[in-house]
Amino acid sequence: MAGAKAFTKMGSVKTGDDGGMNYLNSLPRRLVTVYLPLAVFVFVLLFPFYWMAITAVKPNQELTDYKNFSPFWVVEPTLDHIKYLLFDTSYPGWLWNTVIISVVATVLSLAASVFAAYAIERLRFQGARQVGLGIFMAYLVPPSILFIPLAVMVFNLGLYDTKFALILTYPTFLIPFCTWLLMGYFRSIPYELEECALIDGATRWQILTRIVLPLAVPGLISAGIFAFTLSWNEFIYALTFIQSSENKTVPVGVLTELVRSDVYEWGSLMAGALIGSLPVVILYSFFVEHYVSSMTGAVKE
Amino acid sequence: MASADTIPGTRHRSILARIGESRGALGFLFMLPAAILLLLFLTYPLGLGIWLGFTDERIGRAGIFIGLENYEYLLDDSVFWLSVYNTVLYTTVASVLKFALGLWLALLLNENLPFKAFFRAIVLLPWVVPTVLSAIAFWWIYDAQFSIVSWVLIDWGIIDQPINFLGDPNNARASVIAANVWRGIPFVAITLLAGLQTIPPSLYEAATLDGAGSWQRFRFVTFPLLTPIIAIVMTFSVLFTFTDFQLIYVLTRGGPVNATHLMATLSFQRGISGGNLGEGAAIAVAMIPFLLAAILFSFFGLQRRRWQQGGGE
Repeated sequence: MAGAKAFTKMGSVKTGDDGGMNYLNSLPRRLVTVYLPLAVFVFVLLFPFYWMAITAVKPNQELTDYKNFSPFWVVEPTLDHIKYLLFDTSYPGWLWNTVIISVVATVLSLAASVFAAYAIERLRFQGARQVGLGIFMAYLVPPSILFIPLAVMVFNLGLYDTKFALILTYPTFLIPFCTWLLMGYFRSIPYELEECALIDGATRWQILTRIVLPLAVPGLISAGIFAFTLSWNEFIYALTFIQSSENKTVPVGVLTELVRSDVYEWGSLMAGALIGSLPVVILYSFFVEHYVSSMTGAVKE
Repeated sequence: MASADTIPGTRHRSILARIGESRGALGFLFMLPAAILLLLFLTYPLGLGIWLGFTDERIGRAGIFIGLENYEYLLDDSVFWLSVYNTVLYTTVASVLKFALGLWLALLLNENLPFKAFFRAIVLLPWVVPTVLSAIAFWWIYDAQFSIVSWVLIDWGIIDQPINFLGDPNNARASVIAANVWRGIPFVAITLLAGLQTIPPSLYEAATLDGAGSWQRFRFVTFPLLTPIIAIVMTFSVLFTFTDFQLIYVLTRGGPVNATHLMATLSFQRGISGGNLGEGAAIAVAMIPFLLAAILFSFFGLQRRRWQQGGGE
């Protein structure tokens, strides 16, 4: 991708204008064919977030009274819903559980993936190709067909309703993804560096920790961010393996505990959804490039 | 790598050092953590799931082998067939829409825009946010009484009554598909955009000189060069859509009258909520043939890509 960017940059320098062939398009034409559809896309894609945010700060009497208050705006913003969420429910506990589970599952998967990817890509042991293909296949096995047998296993292992149930099962979709991604990064590190190190008497372990890993830091960040987001968003395992309120993760907690009767408390539900989304959105905003490269990288290779 | 034994003086090196120099042993050691986790929590449950499909195991009671009884029961079960129909419909419609709209968005983002990086970043947001939480927002948007969409349409004078989004079978199907498409567009658009950016602009310039219009440039330059990545992206998209669970579970739980039950949600309802693990596992196993078809499709997509690059790397 970097190569392509450099290419377009070079191209624009050569032709002497920024738009490439855009001089063929007049402004009104671009307005209708590009800016208008793009505006509609952006509006539709972002509206649910706006709706979430505005509902979270609306007082209850404004929430359902569309006659006297415009639904798109809030007259007297309130923090009541958020306060209720943070002090009168187990929400902070769910947040904490989600953080712990996501971090531990990510670190565990990343460590296992670094070794696996290095072995497959660089040690080239017998059968490495087949193992690489197997990893790719494992990536395609969806949680929806694993959760029932996993529930049986989790129960028999005595892990039911504990954080370990999730910490040990999340790597099933994290390791294939991280390994696949890191294999791509390791492939881009020149062999010559490793050969030099081998001649200088470095062991494989030293090569991995002193040469390969420092060069693969962007890949590690990409894989880590992505794995963290995946664990944060995971739902079906958390729903199946966790029973008690104090062990739930945010997505499960918000859905199963905040929805109690027929009277939905939309304000606190939306506040819960908003606050539960914030950590991943903040993380994402800091590492957009890494995130995009891991998403496209996993597909491209 | 040369064997260490041939060099004098290295005979009595420790076992550790020898392992360190043997590719096979070292490879085995390095693969061990990942292999243990995957074999224990992925391969084994996959086998266990297939086995459970042949038993009458229930929650809290070990099952016995009952052969194909679960499958025979499902064959006569109209709800199961409805869920198969729903899953295929859901996957087909949502995937086609995601592809068309995603490709369109990718083409728009590939234009020369101000704040391009910013647009690309915010467009991806629906995909970053936890599905369950955005689905809850859609739940509120689809509320029978206070739906904002109904309100706007009534305000514009297009309809008189609030739309019953999730209460009517066909409306409910359309609503969950819309929510799924909303979440899936960014993934398709951003990955296709990455593919678009690798197409050299000179090809478009050459095509323009040859008199190609914008449709022809798309049809004969963009599309063929994008085909391999489209194949892979859509395979993933189909796979994720086919096995979707969260969105349905939040929005409708399969209702009204099973009109939106997917195979995954039916499997959960029968297996976990209903406690009938064997039957739930059988429904999950019934999804495997479809998934295999998608994986084979992906495999040939990859093959084709390698061929287009002029041989394997």
